Amino acid sequence: MSVLLAVDWGYILEKLVLIVSVVSISLVIAMYETYAERKVAAVMQDRRGPNRAGPFGILQPLADGLKLFMKEEIIPNTSNKFLFVLGPCLAMLTAMMTSAVIPWGGNIHFTLFGADRTISLQIADINIGILYVFGVVSMGVYGIMIGGWASNNKFSLISALRGASQIISYELPMGLSLIALLMLTGSLKMSVIMGQQLDGWYYVVYQPLGFFIFIICAFAECNRTPFDLAEAENELNFGYHQEYSSMKLGFYLFAEYINMFISSAVMVTLFWGGYDIPFVNDAALFHRIGNWATVIESVVMLAKVAVFIFIFMWVRWTIPRFRYDQLMNLGWRVLIPLSLINMVITALVILLKENGWRF
Amino acid sequence: MQSLTNRARPVDRKPMTWLERLYMWNIAKGMFITMKHIFMKKATISYPEQKREFSPVFRGLQILNRDQEGRENCTACGLCAVACPAEAITMEAAERQKGEEHLYREEKYAARFEINMLRCIFCGLCEEACPKDAIYLSETFAPSNYQRKGFIYGKEDLLIPNPKEDPEAYKRALGTRSRNKAATI
Repeated sequence: MSVLLAVDWGYILEKLVLIVSVVSISLVIAMYETYAERKVAAVMQDRRGPNRAGPFGILQPLADGLKLFMKEEIIPNTSNKFLFVLGPCLAMLTAMMTSAVIPWGGNIHFTLFGADRTISLQIADINIGILYVFGVVSMGVYGIMIGGWASNNKFSLISALRGASQIISYELPMGLSLIALLMLTGSLKMSVIMGQQLDGWYYVVYQPLGFFIFIICAFAECNRTPFDLAEAENELNFGYHQEYSSMKLGFYLFAEYINMFISSAVMVTLFWGGYDIPFVNDAALFHRIGNWATVIESVVMLAKVAVFIFIFMWVRWTIPRFRYDQLMNLGWRVLIPLSLINMVITALVILLKENGWRF
Repeated sequence: MQSLTNRARPVDRKPMTWLERLYMWNIAKGMFITMKHIFMKKATISYPEQKREFSPVFRGLQILNRDQEGRENCTACGLCAVACPAEAITMEAAERQKGEEHLYREEKYAARFEINMLRCIFCGLCEEACPKDAIYLSETFAPSNYQRKGFIYGKEDLLIPNPKEDPEAYKRALGTRSRNKAATI
């Protein structure tokens, strides 16, 4: 009993608040990503995009969501009912889980009932942070696989196979490009990687090729064009979510947008300094304006993420889809050798530096 | 052969250069093009707020005309209905009674005059056929409707406002085209 009482309830409460807010913020952001996607697509094609629902069409995602909820829920007779429902849930779950290890901002200090508290804007600062991200992201393929399998539809099955093999193939160069980065950081902990970039050089300066490979693999991991073979609408008429309707389809689409948001956040944290405010000494700023500095940091983080989300969309509306053999060619015969070379060069430079630039 | 536009480019079948084979350069070019289009002028006209100017010869909704004293021109001769290739016009004639001289210009008038706007092809042959300048095509088009019967326009929808009672509305409905025509008669 005394052990139970010794639990820091304030800690649990603050983590709960943080989890709820991170999840709801990423849902809202995913919602507005759909709006942004349509807007970006429109302006790139000299159109206007949604502009009727509310001022500038900002209520459009609400209308879309409402429409999806109103639609009839269809579960095909020949499908495996349990797996059919499990698919979109898994896709959504794995998409949301990654946000747990990303540092969304610095610390917030305040005094409550005479006790000083410091809250870190990171849900869990586990020491295998980046490994956790990889583990959860590769779970995401189960959403596609199960959905495609349970639909009992040839197109869905082909799409699920494509999606799975693509994600597994591109995880290799992604991991290899990260190894080069991890050799520099010496830690898998997100907060440590983040802290090394705080008020210093961002890792993209040291690892430009690594970042380049990482972003290409991120496109593939998120099933975005030019790598959206899993849902190639003109070959597989929508692939793994062909049999889905109503909010189950909405979950799949939502999971894609959340994945996009999270992978942008991971890229920002690893390569672009996370919540570090560029050209500003964060520690001095915190000393001057207190908790507001943390708020600004979070906003800067989200702004950086927004830039990456825009790049995702920009690429999507520019580059046509790869053919499947081209996709595999690029993954196995270009990106993996490139990331291996990057890794070897990085290792060589680190070794040389430790030896004082002598062989 | 002379080309219609000067935008046609002959197909280039030269082997790709090293830069082109690298593929990244072409992607960068494509990205630049899409970025350029973000800042381009949009072709869209936001319809209900902004309206596109109609051509001066645009043929829209029919109008049943009145003369300067506000009397209906139509004598229900049926020439428009005969001329109509889509058979959209129906009418019933009636005789003018004593005391109705201020309503109808001649002894015979159209008691019922209907145009089915779903059938009408807005060719303007009714206007050409009319010997009395009683029908002409205006510069607006039929608004959308929830029911098919809403597209059958009767006399109350087609008649121009009375110039004696509401000269402003009459002028507006008359438009630019008929004013010229009215001046010639």
